[in-house]
Order: sequence, then structure tokens, then C-alpha cells
Amino acid sequence: MASFSMTDTTTASPPTPQSTPRLETAAQPERLRRVAIEPLTRVEGHGKVTLLLDEHDRVHQVRLHIVEFRGFERFIQGRPYWEVPVMVQRLCGICPVSHHLAAAKAMDVIVGARALTPTAEKVRRLMHYGQILQSHALHFFHLASPDLLFGFDSEVARRNIVAVAQAHPDIARKGVLLRKFGQEVIRITAGKRIHGTGAIPGGVNKNVSPEERDALLKDIYHVIAWSREAVALARQLYEQDPALYGEFGSIRAHQLCLVRADGAMDLYHGGLRARTADGETLFDHLDYDRYWEHILEEVKPWSYMKFPFLRALGPEQGWYRVGPLARVTLCDTIPTPLADHARREFLAYAGGSAARATMGTHWARMIEVLHAAEVIKALLHDPDIHGEDLVTQGERSERGVGIIEAPRGTLIHHYRVNEDDVVTRCNLIVSTTHNNQAMNESIRQVARRYLDGRRLTEGLLNHIEVAIRAFDPCLSCATHALGQMPLAVELVDASGQTLDRITRDAPSVC
Amino acid sequence: MNSFLLDGAEIPFEPGQTVIQAALAAGHYIPHLCYHPEFVPHGSCKLCTVRADGRPTAACTLPAQAGLKVESETEELNDLRRTLVQMLFAEGNHFCPSCEKSGNCVLQALGYDLGVMTAGFRHFFLDRPVDASHPDILLDFNRCVLCKLCVRASEEVDGKGVFSLAGRGIQRRLIVSAESGRLADTDIAVTDKAVEVCPVGVILRKRVGFRVPIGRRRFDARPISAQALEDAPRKPEHKHE
Repeated sequence: MASFSMTDTTTASPPTPQSTPRLETAAQPERLRRVAIEPLTRVEGHGKVTLLLDEHDRVHQVRLHIVEFRGFERFIQGRPYWEVPVMVQRLCGICPVSHHLAAAKAMDVIVGARALTPTAEKVRRLMHYGQILQSHALHFFHLASPDLLFGFDSEVARRNIVAVAQAHPDIARKGVLLRKFGQEVIRITAGKRIHGTGAIPGGVNKNVSPEERDALLKDIYHVIAWSREAVALARQLYEQDPALYGEFGSIRAHQLCLVRADGAMDLYHGGLRARTADGETLFDHLDYDRYWEHILEEVKPWSYMKFPFLRALGPEQGWYRVGPLARVTLCDTIPTPLADHARREFLAYAGGSAARATMGTHWARMIEVLHAAEVIKALLHDPDIHGEDLVTQGERSERGVGIIEAPRGTLIHHYRVNEDDVVTRCNLIVSTTHNNQAMNESIRQVARRYLDGRRLTEGLLNHIEVAIRAFDPCLSCATHALGQMPLAVELVDASGQTLDRITRDAPSVC
Repeated sequence: MNSFLLDGAEIPFEPGQTVIQAALAAGHYIPHLCYHPEFVPHGSCKLCTVRADGRPTAACTLPAQAGLKVESETEELNDLRRTLVQMLFAEGNHFCPSCEKSGNCVLQALGYDLGVMTAGFRHFFLDRPVDASHPDILLDFNRCVLCKLCVRASEEVDGKGVFSLAGRGIQRRLIVSAESGRLADTDIAVTDKAVEVCPVGVILRKRVGFRVPIGRRRFDARPISAQALEDAPRKPEHKHE
């Protein structure tokens, strides 16, 4: 049976992958009370957190469950391959471009387009960095900033973007405009702000006209200036309580991301780099075409979301983190000057503590916003984006893998296409799935530190969500983008009797 | 010249013209789906239903007659048209968000132009696998609206008879005229009129889906009511109205 001492549960040092007090499965769950935070909302779907507590309110089990089942991998079967990049982007309304491009990259392999034309490659990159910009801005300003500006257990009615706009109108305005700019980049490259069609197997279906470029160039210097301010704001928020931010939900995790051939950050393409929590390199510049030789997925009975792990370390020890924190700390450099300067400051902050902290993810995320803005500027000045040579192809393959760094982390699309041009198999490992165990570990840390032995309040439960929001905005979109997510927490004893209940009502719009 | 009245406007016609031909030639739109200016009218979709002297009739099969009073642009008839479009959507698997015909699809364009805002009916969700056997042409039966244009084109223009409609009533469906039932076992060619004429996303050239960007598709610039007039055989005096 798992047992925890007071020192275990209040320690400020994050658990290592090797020494995590489990909290995943309680030894005698039938004797414990169950608390469910449900629904959390995920990518257009549902998640929940369950806690098992004993009579002294000590936490014995914490699980983040993704309870929805989407089925994309199944119903894409039997469809023609050129439909896939457009269809699979419906997985998500926040980062559809990432799915669109990951699928298009896989289909490039199918049609034998091993190297795209310069125009196609650059227009796709423009689209992708527009996506990074808008999604990160949405996440930080609209979803996460209320927690950071007002406090994790601040008045619930204030924890939304409307209250941010009232209290900090300048911050909210720039956040909204940053996102809007990213969406405009997407519209110009993909045809629509959400769910466009720009990337096709082997290239793109349009270039960027000089008029379209001029429309974007008009704002790009403001966007870079606002992005710099966003980095400064993320740092300032961290600095308001470095002790809290440093330990909150922090875990020692192995990390994974794509890097460019020279080790620099590249969010569109590269080889895979994985390092352990101790900094040991497990693999580097790995050709992702055979990713499954290094990454496997485990199924657990209590969640529809699989648990990927690094094969070399096994399912118990091999879980890892992806996303902004992994990317900013794993890359050797960021190939744009302002963002690289910000990266070096981030890594050096307080002996590197921010770069190890879960809440440091927000800071890393804003560094990527700045990088995206700089990349967009450079691409807008590149005449290749006006080129007419849009599509290429070569020798057909029956299997294609496409990997991209989506806003929330590494995204894997893997397809098999038969000789009739029809998809016969599909495997998707999305960012949230990579972070499954990491998020679980993070909320367990929060539960141990803040909930263990205490009477639950709405504010305490929000601490759990604050940790989740550091990873994935999809889980919190209903909370902050549209006011509050409907939330009912019930404390039920072993006989099923409700002991305590806290509810939030659903907002009027959803 | 002979003429009839369409929603109060005088429409001239030549002997042998139908109401819809005369109306389009004179620059007046009547919603339609299975009617195609190059083919003998089929009269099956009923989208072009008008009231001629008070009686509901398909405008594509109704010969123009002097002095006829035709109503088309009425709330009652447009309500019926919206219902017909909803029924067509309910009968097939029309997933516009991932359909390569989006922006070029007559059914979708009619839905937009008529203001169809809801599903209206419970969808059938039939299981209709695609026929991808042909090297250059994909058949996606999920989107068939039984307009019979491909059947007509393959018989009348291509002289091949590749397609047929089989079954009756709700069982009616498009089939391929080959013993195996597979498109690969017919002599259809990618240049056939039957391939070009499909108004929805059933008969598709392979590997070119989504090549045309959003903004440059057929119905991106103008709604189908304007596009149909642009496409219709017109008398010179009506060309630049």
C-alpha cells in the first residue's frame, strides 16, 4: 500500500521520473472517498480529474482522465489520401493548422515529394508560425493569464479574459491583437482563419501575393514589439513569486522535441531529440520516419488517452514532456536574435530554476511567440513566397509519417495508403497524449502539496487546473475563453453518500 | 414574340423552350439542381418547382406557354426548396468540411443561397464505401443526389453507358454498369463528360482535390443564383444586364 509522510507530501523538490510516489493507483480504493472534477474540457471534448481521499483528507490517488473517444484514426480509413490534411484538422479548433500540416507532411512522403519547392516550404512555414503565434497568444492571454494576474484561488468570477480586459486593458488588447495577426497569417496562407485548405500533398495550393504580404508587413513590427512585451510580462508574472512558480506542479521529466540539423529550434521540421531529466541525450537528430522504434504507447484501463513512453526506458520510467518548455530548453539556439536572447535569459534565471518549472512553460511559450513573430517577418521579406511553383511529387510510397512541433508539442501523424489511393491505416500521437503522464504527475504534485489533508474549496481545485493549463489550453478553453466551465465537484463517501458538493453553473454561451 | 409572366416580369420565349430555359435566357434565376442546359430535362430533383397558373410544376419540364402566370420567388416555394435540400443532405453523407467539392458543389451552393440553416431531418448515415478501383477516377457514392446527369452524359455524349440508377424509392442508388460493379472494369476515361458533369462530389478526378484555393472556387465569388445566370445560354441583349 502506498503511504506518505508529511515531509513527502510537502516537499518542494519535484519528483523524479524514477522516484515518483505513485498516487496513480491507491492500494485500497474501496475505503476511500472519491472527488471528481468533471467535466474538464479537452480538444472539443471532455476530461476529468478524480481524487481519492481517506478520512483525514489525505490524497491517495489522482488521475487525469480523458474520457472522450474521437475515432479519427478509424474513420479516416477508406478515404482518399488527398482529403486527409483537410479532414484531420477538425480534430481541433485551436490548432487545426498543426494537424493540417502534419498530415500534409505525411502525404508528401506518400506522393514522393521528399523536398518541397521553396515557395511551398516557405508558405507552409508561414502558416505554421502564424498558428504558433495565434495559439500561444490565445493560451497565454485568454486562458492562462487570469490565474497568473489575479492568483490561483482568486475570485472565480474574475478568472476570465473579460476581467483581464477590465483590470489590464493594455495587456488584454495586445493579446487579442497578437492572436488576430496570427489568424490573418493563417487566412492568407490557408484561405480561412480556421480549417483552411492551403497545404496539399506535395505542396500548397496558393502563394502569397505582394498585396497580401504588404497587408501583413504593415503590422509585423507592432507584433514583434508586443511579443517582446509578452516575454517581459511572462517573466514579471514569474518573478512575482519565484518560489511558488518554481515548485508549482513541477516535475522532473524527460523531454522530447524536433530540432533542426544544426540543433537550432525548428517548429516545422527536423530530427527528434530526447534527453533525460538529468540532461543525458537518449537520441538526437533521429529520422522520425521510424519513430515507433523509439516511442511506444501504453494503454491504461482508466483513460481513453494512451501513455507514450521512450522505448529505451520502458513504460514505467520512459514518460516524457513535450511542448514549449521542452523545446526552449532542448534546442541549442533559437535562430532569431530577439527570441534567442530571451531564451538565454530564461535559462539563466535563478540558476536555471524557471527552465525546470512547469509554470516556466508560460515564459517559454512567450519566447516562442517572439520567435514566431521574427520568423514571420523574415518570411514576409522573402520573395520565394510569391513563387508560382507550388507542387512537386516523385516516387510513391505506401507509408508516410509527418511530425511537426504543434503549439503544445510534438505531433505525429502516420498513414498507410494503398495502390487505389485510399488510407488503410492511421496512427496519430497528439501533443496532449505525449504529455499525458507528465500532466498526471504534475497534478499529483499539486494535489500532494496543496490539497492533501485540507478541506476542498473551489480555489484549491483550480490549483489542479492551473497545472493542467500550463500544458494544454484545450482542457481549459471553456473555463476562461467563455467565462467558466461548468464544474461540479462532489465528495462522496465509500457508501456513495454525498458529503460535500461545490458547483459552478455553465455559462450562457458555449 | 410570345411571352409569359414570371413573378410579374414579362419573359419572352421561343417555341420549344421550357420555362426555366426562357427564364435563365432572360436573366431570371429559378433554383435548380438536376437541370443542366446541355441535357434533356430530367425533372427529378423538383428544386425548380414553380406555380404555373397556380399548379406546382417543375419549371425544367414545363413548356413555356404564352400568357402563363408563373410564381417562383415566393416564401412558400423557397420553403419547399429548403426542405428538399435538407432531405438531399439527410439521404447522403455530405460532410462539406472535408469534401473536396466544397466551393464547387451545386448542392452546397443551393443550401447557402436558399438559406438552409439547419439539418432539418435526422440523417441516415448510410454505409457507402467509395469505389477507388479506377486509376484516375474516384467514385464517392456518399454524396450522390440521383440527378442522373452522369447517366445521361455517359449515354448521350460519351456513348458508354457507364452509370445507371438501380432500385426504387428510398432504395434508389447509383451503380456502375459492369459485372463486377467496379469502375475499373468500365471504359470510362477521365476526359469523359460524365466525369465533368457531376454537380456534387461523387465522380472525382483523383489526386487533384483541394488544388484550387479557397477564394478561387466556383461559388466563392458569387452565389449560385448569379453563377447560373452567368453560365446559362443567353440572348445577347441580356448578356450585360
